[in-house]
Amino acid sequence: MALHLDYSNINYSDFLLAIITKDIIEKNEFQSSFAKFLRKDHMSVNKPQSEISRRTFIKGLGGGIVGTAAVGSAITGGAAPETGPEGAEIRGPDKVQIALTVNGKKHRLLVEPRTTLLDAIRDQLGYTGSKRVCNRGECGACTVILSGNTILACSMLALDADGGKIETVEGLAKGSKLSPVQEAFVKHDAMQCGFCTSGFVVSSTALLRENPQPTLEEIKMGVSGNLCRCGTYPHIFAAVTEAAESMRKGG
Amino acid sequence: MASWKKIEEMRLLGKPYPRVDGADKVSGMAKYSYDVQLPGMLYGRILRSPYPHAKVKSVDASKVEALPGVKAVLTKIKDEVLFAGDEVAAVAAVSEGIVDDALELFQVEYEVLPFTVLEEKAMKPDAAKVFSERDSNLGKPQERSEGDMDKGFAEADMIIEQTYRLAVQTHSCLETHGCVAEWRGDELYLWDSTQAVHGVRSAVAKHYDMPENKVHVITHHMGGGFGSKLWARAYNFIAADLAKKAGAAVKLMLDREEDFLCTGNRPSSVQKLKIGAKRDGTLTAFQMESYGTGGISGGAGVPQPYIYFFPNYKITHHDVFINAGPAAPMRAPGHPQAAFAMDSLMDELAEKLGMDPLELRRKNDRNETRAKEYQLAAEKFGWQRRKPSGSDTGNIKRGMGIGTGRWGGGGNKETKAIVSIYPDGSVDVKIGTQDIGVGTRTIVAGVVAEVLGLDLQDVKPLIGESDYPWAPGSGGSTTAASVCPAIKNAADRAKAKLMEKAAARLQVQPDDLQIQNKGIIAKSDPDKKLSWKKACFLLGNQPISEQEAWSEGLSDSGTAGCQFAEVEVDTETGEVKVLKVTAAQDCGLVVNMLTATNQVNGAMIGAVGYALLENRILDQNTGIMVNPNLENYKVPGAMEMPEFDVTIIDESQRGVIGLGEPPAIPGPAAIANAVANAIGVHIRELPITPDKVLMALAKGKEGSR
Repeated sequence: MALHLDYSNINYSDFLLAIITKDIIEKNEFQSSFAKFLRKDHMSVNKPQSEISRRTFIKGLGGGIVGTAAVGSAITGGAAPETGPEGAEIRGPDKVQIALTVNGKKHRLLVEPRTTLLDAIRDQLGYTGSKRVCNRGECGACTVILSGNTILACSMLALDADGGKIETVEGLAKGSKLSPVQEAFVKHDAMQCGFCTSGFVVSSTALLRENPQPTLEEIKMGVSGNLCRCGTYPHIFAAVTEAAESMRKGG
Repeated sequence: MASWKKIEEMRLLGKPYPRVDGADKVSGMAKYSYDVQLPGMLYGRILRSPYPHAKVKSVDASKVEALPGVKAVLTKIKDEVLFAGDEVAAVAAVSEGIVDDALELFQVEYEVLPFTVLEEKAMKPDAAKVFSERDSNLGKPQERSEGDMDKGFAEADMIIEQTYRLAVQTHSCLETHGCVAEWRGDELYLWDSTQAVHGVRSAVAKHYDMPENKVHVITHHMGGGFGSKLWARAYNFIAADLAKKAGAAVKLMLDREEDFLCTGNRPSSVQKLKIGAKRDGTLTAFQMESYGTGGISGGAGVPQPYIYFFPNYKITHHDVFINAGPAAPMRAPGHPQAAFAMDSLMDELAEKLGMDPLELRRKNDRNETRAKEYQLAAEKFGWQRRKPSGSDTGNIKRGMGIGTGRWGGGGNKETKAIVSIYPDGSVDVKIGTQDIGVGTRTIVAGVVAEVLGLDLQDVKPLIGESDYPWAPGSGGSTTAASVCPAIKNAADRAKAKLMEKAAARLQVQPDDLQIQNKGIIAKSDPDKKLSWKKACFLLGNQPISEQEAWSEGLSDSGTAGCQFAEVEVDTETGEVKVLKVTAAQDCGLVVNMLTATNQVNGAMIGAVGYALLENRILDQNTGIMVNPNLENYKVPGAMEMPEFDVTIIDESQRGVIGLGEPPAIPGPAAIANAVANAIGVHIRELPITPDKVLMALAKGKEGSR
């Protein structure tokens, strides 16, 4: 069974551990909102994996492909970057310039280091399809594709996505021609209020790229990081099943 | 009296058709209040009380005001806060980051007061008072009776008595409550995530003592309400106040935690029920003593005796106040609570009488529609496969159960709509309703397309603005039955006007004309015809624009439903998995079979959450909700999905009846009864979490020893 690599399926605290240091988690453990602690300025540093990911990023630039979800920070500004205790680069506390390629279009923007990727693409770039529902990686409404893998944009800092290639729900259609997944969602009415729909469409798209012939159980697993409060799951399963079929037929 | 065509003669209504805004929703183009971005827009946030009960002595905002980027501050919204999460102060700033920083700079002096957050403790005479002006935390007793209860119990061969409990459930709409407020001169524009654009408009106008025609409430898309967004809330006024002070638009969307704390919930319910019955299963008497809490509000009553006929009954209910956020109507308020308790006790009675639970229901349920539904659903579900309770072997046991429901619905006679036909052949319909996710926008267009013989995409539905003709708030499953008749009547009138023009041109009588294949054709002479476009061209430069109101004959109220659930219970882990739910439900004329089926599925999924997962937990020691997030307040996800089999009974001759709430009712009872059937022990408290299953199994063993 091809496993769908999806951050929404990874335990929330594991994900946090991967991007921030332990003492900060402890300090903020009782803060109920993830956003609150993402927005502390000092949070933007000390990503344990940043050495690896920076290399990956540079390699990615050279080869034209970014091979991992973790994208390191590009150096911005003229000054040499400060480094933290583990040799990680410190950026901020002032606004930092980053570059994001969203749906094939390159954007340069200034973000506060605490700004999440979700808020950056929504508030600064106007890609409002991705939604903030829980703001702590529990619901999948902010799911976007970064360098080929789904990530939760509410739980990643914008500057950690610096230089990354992002696909949002707005980028899936070709002009007014909906993607097979989108078409199937409409046909099967795989939505009600629609607030979760962007996340489901993106997760389903990523699932079918990874696994073009999923079983019902694999579809359930593939969208298990997304919540729908209106309860449209049966229609979503039907839509993904049909999208898989039509994509197969379409070559 | 107006009437619909026969269902067989309709082209669209009664059939499945995709929603008209589907493409917008799947491509991220649908704009919700949360997505509205205006030039120079500020971000607002509310400072909320960390204490469940306190006097707000003073609020010092000097440090807040000194923070660069802060543009407006509201201090001391209230003198006394009644629950953790109550509003204290508010601020607007140029970015969300700064507004969060600002929130931490308020210096508030609280006088912390005693509080109570547990119903049983709050009911005691010595409990801390939620409202200082009241003698106790109990609401006025609510009583209702019929017949002679004592006589009824005296006639019974068997009397059975049990107490059922249900936890507080929250709406957890994915779009949190919130709005964007902008003043343009002395006119206020509110992009509000609401279920009632007209209701909010009136309330806001009244609050500011300003003319209603200067308040414009806009809800083009909204991310779920389930009853919690039916009226103007504190955030509306706070956002508008901040916007006025700052002289700029303010976006004020609550965060997830705030939404859990203060925007509404389905109250808890504790129901002590007593049923008297004859040996043959005939019910003779019913008694209920109940209480429940809606936090600082009432509304915890339940409509017992639910659906079955009791010649004699008496019910007594007390609302209990605690220091927690207020209740709000939630998808069939009161009904799932009543159905769970009643249908559970009916199953316990059936066991005692040695009767099939379905037979006991048939004997005492006088609703004819539900009688048909029992039959149909039992066959589709395979009820005959059901084994005697507790007889399944092995560690993983299967069981089956039934739940029932009824709902009113019905249309609002003040509802109005305008249908316009333009000389170029295009058509629109304006109505001040809102689509809360159920597909209202689609049926608004669908009814016009049906009447005018057009395709769905030929009709532009204009909804979600308080400047359009009045329609009620989307609550009580009344929307479809309100809007469809008004729209049909307006479309009929617009069509008649067009027919007059066409008749003059074709030199026939207007009643000789009919619409066929997007054209107008004379019944007497098929050669006399006009295409739709040509007929509309006759209008010259004057579009047809007809307003009409709701009228009798096109809608009805009163629905019945039943659901059968099959579950699997792991007796080692206590985990319950719902395998299948079969539903039979009526809703009169189904306006769109695709969105209707989606509604029924969704209601049943909500029931899975209510039955097995959802529980707002307040910490007794601090008075604070400990699970205000979607990780620890668990709503159903993809992995919890059973198989659904939905049949919507055709009663199209009755006209349109609402559907949003009715199918949300029977599920919890059906699931609880299925669990009892599987393990042979009744769990009388929702949600049925693994700990309760294991506890019940342990007690059951003890009992049989």
